[in-house]
Amino acid sequence: MERLGDALLLLVLLTDLALLVTDRLSGSIRLVALQGVLLGLAPLTLAHGASLHLAAIVAGTIAIKAVVLPRILLWAIREAEVRHERQPSIGHLPSLLLGLAVTGIAFLVAARLPALPGNSLPLLIPVALSTLMIGFLLLTSRRKALSQVLGYLVLENGIYLFGLTLADRLPLLVEMGVLLDVFVGALIMGLVVFQIQRELETLDSRELSQLTD
Amino acid sequence: MLLILAGLGLLVLGAIASLMAARSPRRATLLGVGGTIAGCACALVPVVRVLLGHAPESLRLPWSVPFGVFALGLDGLSGFFLLPILALSALAALYGSEYLGAFRGRVVPARAWPFFALLVAAMALVVLARNGVLFLVAWEIMSLAAYFLVVLEDETPAVRSAGWTYLVATHLGTAFLIVMFVVLGHEAGSLDFERFGAALPLAAPLAGLVFVLAMIGFGTKAGFMPLHVWLPEAHPAAPSHVSAVMSGVMIKLGIYGLLRTLTFLGPPPAWWGWTLVAVGLTSGVLGVLFALAQHDLKRLLAYCSVENIGIIALGIGGGLLGVHHGSAALAVLGFAGALLHVVNHALFKGLLFLGAGAVVHATGTREMDQLGGLLKRMPWTGSLFVVGAAAICGLPPLNGFASEFLVFLGAYQGVLHPAAAVAGPALAVLAGLALIGGLAAACFAKVIGVVFLGEARSGHVAQAHDPGTAMTLPMVVLASGCVLVGLAPVLLVGRMGGALEPLTRLPAVAIELALAPALLPLQWITLAAAVLLALVGTLSIWRRRRLAGRPVREALTWDCGYARPTPRMQYTGSSFVRPLTRLFGGFLRTRTTRVAPVGPFPGPAALATATPDVFRDALFRPAFRMASGTLAKLRWLQHGRVQLYVLYILLTLVVLLVWKLR
Repeated sequence: MERLGDALLLLVLLTDLALLVTDRLSGSIRLVALQGVLLGLAPLTLAHGASLHLAAIVAGTIAIKAVVLPRILLWAIREAEVRHERQPSIGHLPSLLLGLAVTGIAFLVAARLPALPGNSLPLLIPVALSTLMIGFLLLTSRRKALSQVLGYLVLENGIYLFGLTLADRLPLLVEMGVLLDVFVGALIMGLVVFQIQRELETLDSRELSQLTD
Repeated sequence: MLLILAGLGLLVLGAIASLMAARSPRRATLLGVGGTIAGCACALVPVVRVLLGHAPESLRLPWSVPFGVFALGLDGLSGFFLLPILALSALAALYGSEYLGAFRGRVVPARAWPFFALLVAAMALVVLARNGVLFLVAWEIMSLAAYFLVVLEDETPAVRSAGWTYLVATHLGTAFLIVMFVVLGHEAGSLDFERFGAALPLAAPLAGLVFVLAMIGFGTKAGFMPLHVWLPEAHPAAPSHVSAVMSGVMIKLGIYGLLRTLTFLGPPPAWWGWTLVAVGLTSGVLGVLFALAQHDLKRLLAYCSVENIGIIALGIGGGLLGVHHGSAALAVLGFAGALLHVVNHALFKGLLFLGAGAVVHATGTREMDQLGGLLKRMPWTGSLFVVGAAAICGLPPLNGFASEFLVFLGAYQGVLHPAAAVAGPALAVLAGLALIGGLAAACFAKVIGVVFLGEARSGHVAQAHDPGTAMTLPMVVLASGCVLVGLAPVLLVGRMGGALEPLTRLPAVAIELALAPALLPLQWITLAAAVLLALVGTLSIWRRRRLAGRPVREALTWDCGYARPTPRMQYTGSSFVRPLTRLFGGFLRTRTTRVAPVGPFPGPAALATATPDVFRDALFRPAFRMASGTLAKLRWLQHGRVQLYVLYILLTLVVLLVWKLR
């Protein structure tokens, strides 16, 4: 199971990096959906035997992260008629290099973190950290509000991976709460994105800088 | 404790129910007012029980907030503050049910009542809290609920600006309180109040620091000069029943906080007493002077609250000096006078604000120079207002006299003390109280004379009439309270033992011993005054009887042969107090703009005076301007680009990670 788990985590890392160089919004959304599936499967590789708790987490995660949220976002871009992330603040190649750099940092930092007892996946913490940071990177480097929603989701995925280290001890209710939180957050953001497009005829969040006091 | 909790629950429930019933203004009012009154009545039961000598109650529940414990306690000191909070809030709620009706269409009841009930619950919780976190949470709920009540009429720019001033002031005060609790918690190793007491004695500089922080933090809420600037803004802006609660009890919670902190800090050094005496003198004298110079009825009352807070501070200061120098009489009488004045001020200032509200309700203006002759049109409101005014001036046999008399007597004991360090400040207290009393009498002579006596100065008065029962009844109750406490101060003073013991650090027997010689002359003076009043009353009834059968004709007073007198020829508020404001012109800096009459056939002339707050103009405005000028240099950080904001978070995160794992 451990090998499978590591493979899953590496795939998560690859989707992170792929997101940095994708500029079709629908493509990015599908990548996030794929990441959701991978994350949904991850608890299976960590668990010691099947349980109802586990099944609920897996089903819930996949349903929300891989099905519901991408659907909302796809609906938003279809309604708002945006397809591409044009002119990101940082070009594809530099952002890929930056992504690799933060991944490196994440691995370095993770090596110095105190080891968690009972964590059988050595890649879990570094991948969680790099997913988190790449989420931040997406948030900062993209201009379209919708890409920023995706950045936020990636960031949340990183936090979810961290949570997995506590999966055995975390009560179901807490996880459901987190999932619900993300779900509502993304839902609201999707609607806001749609509204921004309708009001301003653009999804460029730089236009929102007038909102300072 | 169960009844207290039930009371708090009823208040919160009332707030929620009133919010849910937003669609129907009638139901929202009914639920909000009903919840408030029921909650207050329910919580009053254990309060009265504790004041009557039952053992203090307490409750501890675990709370999932860091350093927080849901610890409540009801002891003598809490009880003594809870009594006015609950009683005045219930009365103000009843009053407000009618008063806010006049705002129909402008103020939604579902916006007013939830915050009112929440304010009352939070005030009660502040007094009950026995944990720093719980205290601060309750304190902030109280401050914010009061803010939303102040800005109820938010379509007026003046109200918005007043709300803003209040919000800034209260948050600055809370900042000092947070630091204070951090210091105390650091020393005691916990934020529980009982541990604060156990960590005694604090090192002298540290205790001094905590005292200064408490003076600023709680002083902002109480309205110590020069931290009072929000009072004259917020009180006129708020609806009158809210002003009554804010001025009558909310600012007293600053006094409560200060007293509660003093019980943590061990034996007080002398300079604490001096500080409080100095603050009390400044607030008292300047407060009443600024009150004299005001034209706005509610603004005048707000400044008058600053004055009364000054009197309370004088009492506490005298008490602290007494504790330091081991003078039991000064300690007991100072603190007892201060505590009694807390309740008394709630009674008469509540009454006066409700009375002022009735005037505003009937005439639509707060400008005193637009009013006049209201006693004839509003006999109930007018006579109740006169009772409140006499009480606030400290005239026997009303309650204001009782508390000021206790402070006076304490100060006399202090003057007789051999040490000059006691006698000096005590003398200052005596002189200050006398000056404040005289000026307060002048101030309320002005209010009564200009607003209630004489002839109507403008059309605002034409339609004025007494309000309905819901507004009159609370005023009647408060006025009876003034008379009752005035005639029998022992009703309250005798219940003070539990509150005085931790403050004076004396056993119950010593407190009784120190109070007894003060109460006797107090009773005599009150009795004499009551007899005198009864005599005057009998004489006036006799006179009326005698006149009843005879024709009574009204005629003009002698008008120097002037053919066409008008009501505008009466003394105005500012002309009435002109001798006094000129005498103290150096402090007041009244601005006069006038168009003087010229030539043998003068054209129209005009005169206007305004007395803006000196501290606001000379101290806070420049300070805030400087702060905003300095902070503007950081404006480039806030440019509105969300991406870069996220970058700030990322950088902070990375720096923290690297720093922690270094």
